[in-house]
Parts: sequence; structure tokens; C-alpha cells
Amino acid sequence: MRGSDPAFGGVLVRATVERLMMPETAPTERVPEMQNLNDLVLAVARERSRTAFAALFSHFAPRLKSYLMRLGTEPGQAEELVQDVMLRVWRRAETFDPTQANANTWIFTIARNQRIDAVRRERRPEIDLTDPALVPEPVPPADRTLEAGQETARLNAAIGALPNDQAELLRLAYYEGTPHSAISAERGIPLGTVKSRLRLALDRLRRLLREDI
Amino acid sequence: MTNPLYHPPREILLDYADGSLGEPAALVIATHLAFCPACRHQVADLEAIGGALLEEECLNPVSDDCLRSLMARLDEPALEASKPVALRGVRPCSALPPHGLADLPKPLACLPEPLRSYLEASLAETPWQPPNSRPRNSGARDAGGWEIDLRVGRPPVRTRLIGVVGGGVMPRPSPIGMNLNLVLAGGYHDPRGTFRRGDLVLDDPGLDYSPAADNGEECVYLCVTDASLRLSGVLSRSLNPFVAL
Ligand SMILES: [Zn+2]
Repeated sequence: MRGSDPAFGGVLVRATVERLMMPETAPTERVPEMQNLNDLVLAVARERSRTAFAALFSHFAPRLKSYLMRLGTEPGQAEELVQDVMLRVWRRAETFDPTQANANTWIFTIARNQRIDAVRRERRPEIDLTDPALVPEPVPPADRTLEAGQETARLNAAIGALPNDQAELLRLAYYEGTPHSAISAERGIPLGTVKSRLRLALDRLRRLLREDI
Repeated sequence: MTNPLYHPPREILLDYADGSLGEPAALVIATHLAFCPACRHQVADLEAIGGALLEEECLNPVSDDCLRSLMARLDEPALEASKPVALRGVRPCSALPPHGLADLPKPLACLPEPLRSYLEASLAETPWQPPNSRPRNSGARDAGGWEIDLRVGRPPVRTRLIGVVGGGVMPRPSPIGMNLNLVLAGGYHDPRGTFRRGDLVLDDPGLDYSPAADNGEECVYLCVTDASLRLSGVLSRSLNPFVAL
């Protein structure tokens, strides 16, 4: 997929750049604290709470639709996919483990896999953490999992604090449809520079995730 | 048991985490992850960044009908079983024919997921034949060598499990595109180094490294040949023996 059609990638790059240049279209709603999003999923898991589910829907559905459309999904199919993703959230809520990932990350991976399934008609190979054949952690994982609830907030703050060129490239490069080479052509930046800036951004964010606070 | 020494380049881990990698290469990466806690951490971090970017997405309103019809679907029975979406359609172990795993080369009986399910699905369609019972089709492979086509990906992409007897000559990398080799048992070597279980080796189709299996144990590896990986230009050509922690 990546790199298959530079013109298509160019359109997406342009659309994303336009979005970045118009901050008024950025989300203004910052309603639930990250911890609360985790609690909402847990309430769905434990109590089958439809109120909690509707709250999750109102937070995530508009973001998911935007994410899916940016990857080239038509508006009608995007809404169907949003429904499918949220239905999986409802059905698989009991597999949500806030010590492994927070609600945003968990729902991001569901949307990613659902799109691969529905749009690309491929399976998504994933590891099975309960598989006895899995090579285990050499030592118990660090305590960072305890603060998984704050992780997204810290990451968002860190993305906001990245130098503009790095943050922009991160957003452009992260999702399918904007190959590094298309970014390079679109912005007139050499491919090597695109890669090294992206690497700097990822390094910075990953260091932050590994920091003990 | 030592952890792998050779890891996927970070571009490929990013492509795996953001969902842009095709199924054959994603199968190689997911299987490497089963062997490699360090790369599991990397992927978890990249997914967390994906989650943070989802949080930052602009808000594209959905129609009122969307929530209404979704709420109406909540009580529908789920069509698919508890298997993850990734493995839907892959037959469970019990569907294996009785001759299934017994005659298999030993390393294939203890593969980690997700590779194990792919192998089981393939064997359910085409039962295993011991190599000695098959016609030898060329002199290029030493006696006792074998391969299983997992039929993942559309041609010309190929996804195969390959066995080479200890000390044997490895098949030449396919010229159609980048080769991803993931060692599952035994080991092999070429001028760049020695590769053991869990190691991921990238072979450029333009270069011939003349690899050979290590003496002794049979070398079993997963081999994906994918022309699109070459075209994308995202692969670094060098091996990646370091992983950032
Ligand atoms: Zn690794």
C-alpha cells in the first residue's frame, strides 16, 4: 500500500497540512480525563453499562471517523466501520487491561485491525500474550504500566512540545497513505531528512515513555 | 535460551504498528515479537503514540443514526468466536486431520502464535508429506530439504516455511523482491554473521550472500519474499543488530 500511488499520498499530505494550518478545526473538546476513559471501558466490561458505552462513543466516534477518512475511507463506509469498531469495544471490553495499554491505545489498535480486515480484506497477525511458546520478559516489566492512565496525556503534551517540523512529520508519517517519499516530494525536504526528523521525534517520545516519574 | 540479536528495522516496526504493513511481512514481524521482548516494548510504545494521535484527531461528527443503530446492535449475538479478528477463518487445532502434526519436523510442532495458526490452516488444506517421499525437483536443494507454502499474500509475494539439513546450502533469495528470513530453529550463516532462533535477516534481491545452514541441527526458517517492500524504499539495507531500549 505504502508508496503504491504517490499522487494519492500527496492529496492526503496536503489535506493533513491544511488541517494542521487551521487550528480551529482541531479538537476543542477535552472532556474526559484519560483515567476516566479507562474507567468507562471497565464499566462496560464489569457492568455492561450502556451509559458508559454511549459516553465512549461520543468521545471516540468523531475521532475514529476522522482517522478512517484520512486513510481514504468513504464517509458512509467510515461510519459503518466506526460502528463495527465500537461494537468490538462493547463485545471485547473484558479483554481490556489498563495495565497493558490505556483506552485510547486499545481502541486505536481495534480500529487499525478492523480497517485491515474490512478494507484490505486481510487478516492481522498478532502475538498471543498467553501463548506458552512466547518468549517471556527476562525481568518483570517496569512499573510504567501503573501510570498507563496518564500516558496519553503525557504523550499529547510531548507531541505539543516537539519542534514544529518534527511534530508535523510525525502526524503526516504515522498513518498509512503518506509514505515517507511522498512527504519528501510534497514538502521539498530530502528523504534522509524526513527519516532523521521522524526518528528524532520517535526517540523523544519513546524516551518519555521510559522515564520514571 | 537467548533473545534474538537481529531485529526488524524501526521503519518496519512503525509500519507494523500503524497497520500499513501487508499480511505476509506482518506475519514475520508478529512472529519475531513472540521471540523478542525488546521489540514488543517498541511496538507497544509505537501503538501508544498511535493512541495519542487518535486523541488529537479532529472531530468529524457522525450522524445521529450511527449511535442509534449501534445501540440496537448491542444485543445481537456475536457472529465470530472469541478468536481475535486476526485469526478469524483460520481453523482451530482440532480441525487438523489426524495425520496432522505427528510426522512434522520437530521444530514445527512448537511454533509460537501467530505462525502456528497459519501453519495449521495450511496443513489442513495440504497435508504434510515427508521430504523423502517427494520427487526431488532440482539439484539445488540438499536431500532432506523441504518447504511449505503458507499461501499468505497475493502472488508474486511468497510466504514459505523452509527446512535445510544441517550444513546444507540454503536456497538462493528470490530475485523478485526483498526477502525477510526469520530463523525458527537451528541456524545459518553468511559473510555478515550467524543467525539463530528469532533473528530477522533482510536479503536484498540484488545481492547473493551464499548462506549455508550451520552444521548439526536442521535449520528451519520463515521466508517472505515481497516485491512491494523493495519498491517502498523504506527498508534500510543493513542488518539491524541493535534495538533501542
Ligand atoms: Zn527484536
